[in-house]
Amino acid sequence: MDEARWIGTTLAAARPQALAALLRYFRDLDLAEEAFQEACLRALRTWPQNGPPRDATAWLIFVGRNVALDTVRRRAKLTELPPEEALSDTQDTEAEIAERIDGAHYRDDVLRLLFICCHPDLPATQQIALALRIVSGLSVRQIARAFLVSEAAMEQRITRAKARIAKAQSGDGGVPFEAPGAVERAERLGVVAAMIYLVFNEGYSAAGDASAARAPLCEEAIRLARLLLRLFQAEPEIMGLTALMLLQHARARARFDKEGAVILLDSQDRELWNRPMIGEGLALLDKAVRHRRPGPYQLQAAIAALHARAKGPEDTDWAQIDLLYGTLEFLQPSPVVTLNRAVAISKLRGPEAALAMVEPLGDRLTGYFHYHGVRGALLMQLGRTSEARDDFMTAISLATTAADAAHIRTHLDGLK
Amino acid sequence: MLYALLCYHQEDVVCAWTKEEDDAVMQKLAVVQERLAKAGKLGPVARLLPTTAATTLRKDQDPPLVLDGPFAETKEQLLGFYILDCKDLEEALDIARDLGAANPGGSYEIRPVGLFQDGGARP
Repeated sequence: MDEARWIGTTLAAARPQALAALLRYFRDLDLAEEAFQEACLRALRTWPQNGPPRDATAWLIFVGRNVALDTVRRRAKLTELPPEEALSDTQDTEAEIAERIDGAHYRDDVLRLLFICCHPDLPATQQIALALRIVSGLSVRQIARAFLVSEAAMEQRITRAKARIAKAQSGDGGVPFEAPGAVERAERLGVVAAMIYLVFNEGYSAAGDASAARAPLCEEAIRLARLLLRLFQAEPEIMGLTALMLLQHARARARFDKEGAVILLDSQDRELWNRPMIGEGLALLDKAVRHRRPGPYQLQAAIAALHARAKGPEDTDWAQIDLLYGTLEFLQPSPVVTLNRAVAISKLRGPEAALAMVEPLGDRLTGYFHYHGVRGALLMQLGRTSEARDDFMTAISLATTAADAAHIRTHLDGLK
Repeated sequence: MLYALLCYHQEDVVCAWTKEEDDAVMQKLAVVQERLAKAGKLGPVARLLPTTAATTLRKDQDPPLVLDGPFAETKEQLLGFYILDCKDLEEALDIARDLGAANPGGSYEIRPVGLFQDGGARP
């Protein structure tokens, strides 16, 4: 890898920690971001000449802090600042900062940064956009492309999200800068995990042409999950979440054909599955299970693992999958989970039994693409052609991607 | 004499590589490896999965303690390693316990292997 790229990856890797520390000093998202960007520019100028610093993150925090102090000084001449010699560019100060960020603040800084993006006042799409901008440092253009909206619209969305956070922070209560206690941290961790999974799904649910543009979202989510896991090494649900995303993303290359059409799990070329990624997912799931604290991410990962372990579709352990879905229904009841379980039931006990499970969900899932797709497929297997056609038509009208619609259309064509 | 060459790098950086960057590195390494293999100098090559996938068995106590995460005791040094073919983590831990009973003290880090090539060179 050439030098510029090495510097680029180092800057990206240091970003969450450096930005989090700058945010802790200055309590201002925009200021922290500007300072980090300026520090990156200086790194691009000086690292090629002087060689990379011993601790890139500490260097960026140190330089970024001085940049932000200058900015603050310019903005308000009356602000009291530490004596000049304390801010000067000496080795000792750098070492001191390196020590500090390695110490007590480290875990809460990054978590706090992620949590700020998960502000409960923000809608999910804004949470994801903000996290990608602040934590991952994706450009507004990249994020806009991933969300299939214009750059201006995305810029506005992010600005609005930042403004809301600034407002919440300046008001009384809800200031997310205090170090969270054990209970609070556990709660926040759950929210952060959910946000990371949202980022992943934003990438995973894209199809055809869009899937290439959005694949980086899946990779970014996995990177964030690994980061979170390094901060909380003994949390089985974070292991489960990471495993789940790895096992799903391992199938990325097999999920669509050259024309961008959907290839279902049964028909995927398993040679295209990413084996090291599956290996990592299975290893993490094994670790998680040893804690004997099952949770929704672990259960979903376990289901994905059964698919990954099967040599061919006929080797899939549907009975075990049914059991896992049953446990998931118990822990986190949802009609979507029941619908997924019905697919396992159809493999185990035939379409009639599955249809009986699916029918009662109609009230709650009437606007859900997959409900009509699954129901249509079951009716088709039972030879109830005209009813199947109705469901397929409804599914097409509800499809969010062209690839999904095209996939259902092939079923419809099969009925004629 | 066989020499072991242990690979160190910042995990944050390596895990942040894109697939293209990673492939490029692996391709360049493959060129060197091939040259070494032809010269009969190449032994096993293994690439380990990230430390987040690691489990540690501390065998300085009885019964040994199983911990999540990588090896982190700076007083201890890496003295050797095994490559084991196990069904799952439980089996790997059982083997580590057996080995630990024969050789107590210190710890074993159980780290899944992501890539393995038997280069063929023997001591």
